[in-house]
Amino acid sequence: MDLNFHSVTLDKDACKGCITCVSRCPTKAIRVRGGKAKILSELCIDCGECIRVCPHHAKKAVFDPFDQIFQYPYKIALPAPAMYGQFNNLDDVDYVLTALKMAGFDAVFEVSQAAELVSEYTRKLLAEGKLKKPVISSACPVVERLIRVRFPDLCENVLPVHSPMEVAARIAREQARKDAGRPDEEIGVFFISPCPAKVTDARRPISCEKSAVNGVLSIGDVYPRIVGLMNKIEEPEPLSKSGIIGVSWAGSGGESAALFNEKYLAADGIENVITVLEEVEGEKLNDLEFIELNACTGGCVGGVLTVENPYVARTRIQMLRKYLPVSKSHMTDQEAPHMDWEVYLEAAPVMKLSDNLTQAMEMMAKIDQLTETLPGLDCGACGAPTCRALAEDIVRGYAREGECVFLLREQLERLANSFTKQQ
Amino acid sequence: MEAIKVHYDVPGDDFTRAGEASGMLKRYLKKIGFAPDVIRKVSIAMYEAEINMVIHAHGGEIDGEITPEKISVTLRDQGPGIPDVDLAMQEGYSTAPDNVRSLGFGAGMGLPNIKKYTDEMKIETVLGKGTTVYFSVNAQ
Repeated sequence: MDLNFHSVTLDKDACKGCITCVSRCPTKAIRVRGGKAKILSELCIDCGECIRVCPHHAKKAVFDPFDQIFQYPYKIALPAPAMYGQFNNLDDVDYVLTALKMAGFDAVFEVSQAAELVSEYTRKLLAEGKLKKPVISSACPVVERLIRVRFPDLCENVLPVHSPMEVAARIAREQARKDAGRPDEEIGVFFISPCPAKVTDARRPISCEKSAVNGVLSIGDVYPRIVGLMNKIEEPEPLSKSGIIGVSWAGSGGESAALFNEKYLAADGIENVITVLEEVEGEKLNDLEFIELNACTGGCVGGVLTVENPYVARTRIQMLRKYLPVSKSHMTDQEAPHMDWEVYLEAAPVMKLSDNLTQAMEMMAKIDQLTETLPGLDCGACGAPTCRALAEDIVRGYAREGECVFLLREQLERLANSFTKQQ
Repeated sequence: MEAIKVHYDVPGDDFTRAGEASGMLKRYLKKIGFAPDVIRKVSIAMYEAEINMVIHAHGGEIDGEITPEKISVTLRDQGPGIPDVDLAMQEGYSTAPDNVRSLGFGAGMGLPNIKKYTDEMKIETVLGKGTTVYFSVNAQ
């Protein structure tokens, strides 16, 4: 497993070395070095914000090419609920699912179906009262990674249940083995994702040793392949097994609403997520039972791999779910073993300066000192997002003093003045 | 090594900024890498004291001293002073005005919480002159 894997790459030719991504990165994980944006791997949480904001489209999301599905004799599509919000005038999810089969998949398993099971299981766990409150949703891989690096003491609050994607993959795989009689190596399970974070989550999962997902496709990539096919369908196959609860997971608040408990909070957008986590850490939200956090604005419909504006997508889903039953899928003994985490979330306090407290304090004192000498404009011209970040980079040994253009200008002025005086 | 000193001014005229200094110290301690439990105690105690300072004393100044062994915080204000410290230390006793109670403050747990979460706590108060609250949390 490549620990340095992230679901974003840089098109070096397109990158102008501007600091848009540097200053917008929520974990300050990007620096401009040698004129190009560079990700500090251990700090990156795969939120995709840099992809969203890059004005030169130099940041590219990583996902698997569609044709990869043909490597497997038995191909299963796992469409994310956010996918249903991408189509104009869609009134029946079965059109999407039928078109996926026409495009080459042998079977489909809706992630919204698994989401209904996750909701049911979460309700059960909350009722048992054994979880540490407030319970934080584990569905968004970015939030999990953010908590690991920036809020290590909240790891215990995270719901120890697989994401709907993982649950869907496990159940779909088992069904293919048992019902379709396929050996495991013939089965290819492909998640159709709204965001690149799920690519990282499938390749480098943190709640299990190995994900049951074989590949992650992009909604934006699959969309043009099926939209034409959808128009050709006369009578769609009755495939959908999810109701209002499952489909509503596509937007922020959907997961919470499914808990039938008003003591919840749902926040979306990475900056808002950070603010809420700070409040949880400060024990100001202890009265709440559940906290749903989505890194993207609007929830999963706001992912960078979608084609439609998140607000439009959410409205479409509202209309789509109108005549659906509340829920179509319920947990049986068959699904139960697929729900729990196999590996618990462990803190990765990569932001701390040193394992040795005295040494860390010495470094901190140096950072304070250096920060004082910098202009405090946070202009980013040195390649670091803030003056303080540059000071920290210098103390950690990642950057040199003298990278600050303002200090350089002062030095040059002094030099010039001393020359004039001499003459 | 020498202790790291930090200083925060707490404005008394902007209630919406109350609690900012505690957040800043918390992030600072986190960066150094103190144990989460230590940071939690310091930030809760300081938050309570900082809010008190804004509600009752029109702001003030906070000085922190950080060593690997302990974190000490001194909060000075020039407010009205506390007439009866023993009474103020009782859980549930509060003189907070109604306008902040509506925001959830004024439960009378401020000073008792500082005592509960710290290893040492001192209050010096002079009526009409001001109050100094000192507390420390052992880091090891």
